[in-house]
Amino acid sequence: MTTTQQRPTTRAPRPDDATRPPRVISFSQKLSKWDLRFSPYLYISPFFIMFAIVGLFPIAYTAVISFMDWDLIRGEGEFIGFDQYIWILSQPHFWTALRNTFSIFLLSSVPQLVLAIFIAAVLDRNIRAKTFWRMAVLVPYVVAPIAVGLIFNAMFADQSGFINGILQSIGIGAIPWHVEPFWSHVAIATMVNYRWMGYNTLILLAAMQAVNRDFYEAATVDGAGPVRQFFSITLPSLKPTLIFVIITATIGGLQIFDEPRVFDQAGRGGSAQQWLTITLYLYDVGWGQWNFGRAAAMAWILFIIILLIGLLNLLITRTLVRDEGLRRELSKRQQKQQAQRALKEAQS
Amino acid sequence: MNSRALRRIGLVAGVATTSALVLAGCSGGGGDAASGGDENTLTLATFNDFGYTDELLAEFTEETGITVIHNKAATSNDARTNFFQKLGKTGLADVEGVEVDWFPEMMQYSDLVAPVPEDLKGRWLDWKEQAATDADGNLVAYGTDVGPQAICYRSDLFAAAGLPTDRAEVAELFPTWDAFFQVGSDYVAKTGQPFIDSANSVLQGVVNQLEVAYEEPDGTVVATENPDIRAAYDTVIDKAVPIAAYPGQWSDDWYASMASGEFAAMLCPPWMHGIIEGEAPDIAGWDVANAFPEGGGNWGGSYLVVPGNGANVENAQKLADWLTSPETQIKAFNNAGTFPSQPEAQSSADLTGFVSPYFNDAPTGQIGIDRANAITVTTFKGPKYFQYHDALGNAITRVFDGIEDKETSWNTWVNEVGSF
Repeated sequence: MTTTQQRPTTRAPRPDDATRPPRVISFSQKLSKWDLRFSPYLYISPFFIMFAIVGLFPIAYTAVISFMDWDLIRGEGEFIGFDQYIWILSQPHFWTALRNTFSIFLLSSVPQLVLAIFIAAVLDRNIRAKTFWRMAVLVPYVVAPIAVGLIFNAMFADQSGFINGILQSIGIGAIPWHVEPFWSHVAIATMVNYRWMGYNTLILLAAMQAVNRDFYEAATVDGAGPVRQFFSITLPSLKPTLIFVIITATIGGLQIFDEPRVFDQAGRGGSAQQWLTITLYLYDVGWGQWNFGRAAAMAWILFIIILLIGLLNLLITRTLVRDEGLRRELSKRQQKQQAQRALKEAQS
Repeated sequence: MNSRALRRIGLVAGVATTSALVLAGCSGGGGDAASGGDENTLTLATFNDFGYTDELLAEFTEETGITVIHNKAATSNDARTNFFQKLGKTGLADVEGVEVDWFPEMMQYSDLVAPVPEDLKGRWLDWKEQAATDADGNLVAYGTDVGPQAICYRSDLFAAAGLPTDRAEVAELFPTWDAFFQVGSDYVAKTGQPFIDSANSVLQGVVNQLEVAYEEPDGTVVATENPDIRAAYDTVIDKAVPIAAYPGQWSDDWYASMASGEFAAMLCPPWMHGIIEGEAPDIAGWDVANAFPEGGGNWGGSYLVVPGNGANVENAQKLADWLTSPETQIKAFNNAGTFPSQPEAQSSADLTGFVSPYFNDAPTGQIGIDRANAITVTTFKGPKYFQYHDALGNAITRVFDGIEDKETSWNTWVNEVGSF
């Protein structure tokens, strides 16, 4: 590596310095200059090359196919413009799938994040056998989704299921998990929550541990109880992490596939599309009906939806979780506001 | 050089190695699947259980000196995905198993598989061969097994309901669908328990007796206009739904109900025997009646095909020929209960003399032969048969579950069909 080579000691030529011969830059010097300029790009290039091959190319190829009537087997297609997009948007199944996707997404993400924050807060406290509990919450994440599906399916079976057995024994009556859309969503969301809660808990726990302990000490001295400390210190400090967790949960939630796929034996979302999600529909159009053009168009529609929801999420999370307790400097506007507030207080 | 630079190099090296490994892995995986052109090795891909055990394949190696590498997919769906992803490209096994459910889809690409040699024609049951003959008159697939349906019943539950229990007497109860439903509704009225396992299996049975289901051989879609389909739908809704325990098969509830012995009868092709025996080992009283309403009906069965661009097409044809020969099919039947589709195999003593201890020593071999001979109609199944049939099955499930009434559900199906 020659990045630490010395700077040339000669003075740079000036236009009026006509008598001096022009300075010749040797090849090795040139090389070291290039090294300085281009090496960093070379170092990070493997990722981008990989991304271009396995990420960007398929995305672009999908876009091309989405405008074609594609025959996968013969590997040929005919350009038909936006027909595939129009077909999808005119399918009642697509709108049902969209409804189901959002319903399952909300039923899984919201309780999941609330519970994850709560569990993380508990784990953040001084409890016995900390590492054991922290590892334990991650165990469901290690279990393969298909295995989760099989176990939960046996539990959520309409007639012979364990859960309906309990519900009946306490007099509530059996819930038609595979008939009513809402209940099927609850059952699927339960599988999702079971699997992802521990993962989110650990991420939030890590963020909580990064909060400066002085804040808590000061709050304790000021007489704030644990609940007040949680809402006034912990939660605001979690903002950047929450944004990350919510965005990843959104992406994952809108792409939900495994759990609804294994919710019944056919994996096509139920007799009346009760739990058909967009990815499930996409899979069925692509691999069930071998219509890759339509599947590709649907993939792009899903991509756009996720992008929009992601942005929306970002905006909402930013406004909801306010900027107290953060360690970064205040913006100019906030400084001004604070100054004005202080002035008002001083005047009154 | 400082430690930071070193760390950076390490990182780059790490990333580069990883990506190289991943890339190598990708290309390596693709290459392995193809047979590679070795004269003495053949690959065979099947799913579920065709009955092709290692011992059986070793016999082929002994006869010809060709080693067979056997890849088994877990389910027919996995095999289907793999098959269509690679058909027309490379990477398929030299001999591939194809299930009747997605066989019509494959027939659209019949030019991509090697035809069966002329001299083998006539080996299989007529209708099995007919379904595998393409528009140019080429037989393109080697039939393995068939699913001639009979009726499995629980003699103990029949006795409790005052029905005959003797195999021959029970067989006389079901000459027609009307008779079948009559027995069913009497049973339900008397016992309050469901008579058959599922409504959709009846739909399967009725549709498999039609000559034209959803598409005509010339490609015209008649799904929603075909009066036979409407009649089948009406029959199933009006008569099968009230006597069935479940809308469809293969759900967790359905399996659990088989184990607990909730229903008294089911339509059963030979491959179902193994499923009943496996799921309900503690239930005594299962028996098989040599009968099926309105004659015969086939449900299930598979084919072998030889992809045309394989490296060893000629040897692969030899293997497919050997595997579907009557003698080998009998061995496969003994291994996995796959009922042979070759008339010659059906005269073998191994088959005619076969009794099933679980099914009260029923001569299931002879029953299968009789039921196969009773099949007179081959349902034409077009490339979209599966989609139409699946959607119609959903329509019945909706009525069964009370989500929609009979007419609404039918109209939903009509709309769905319009979008295919």
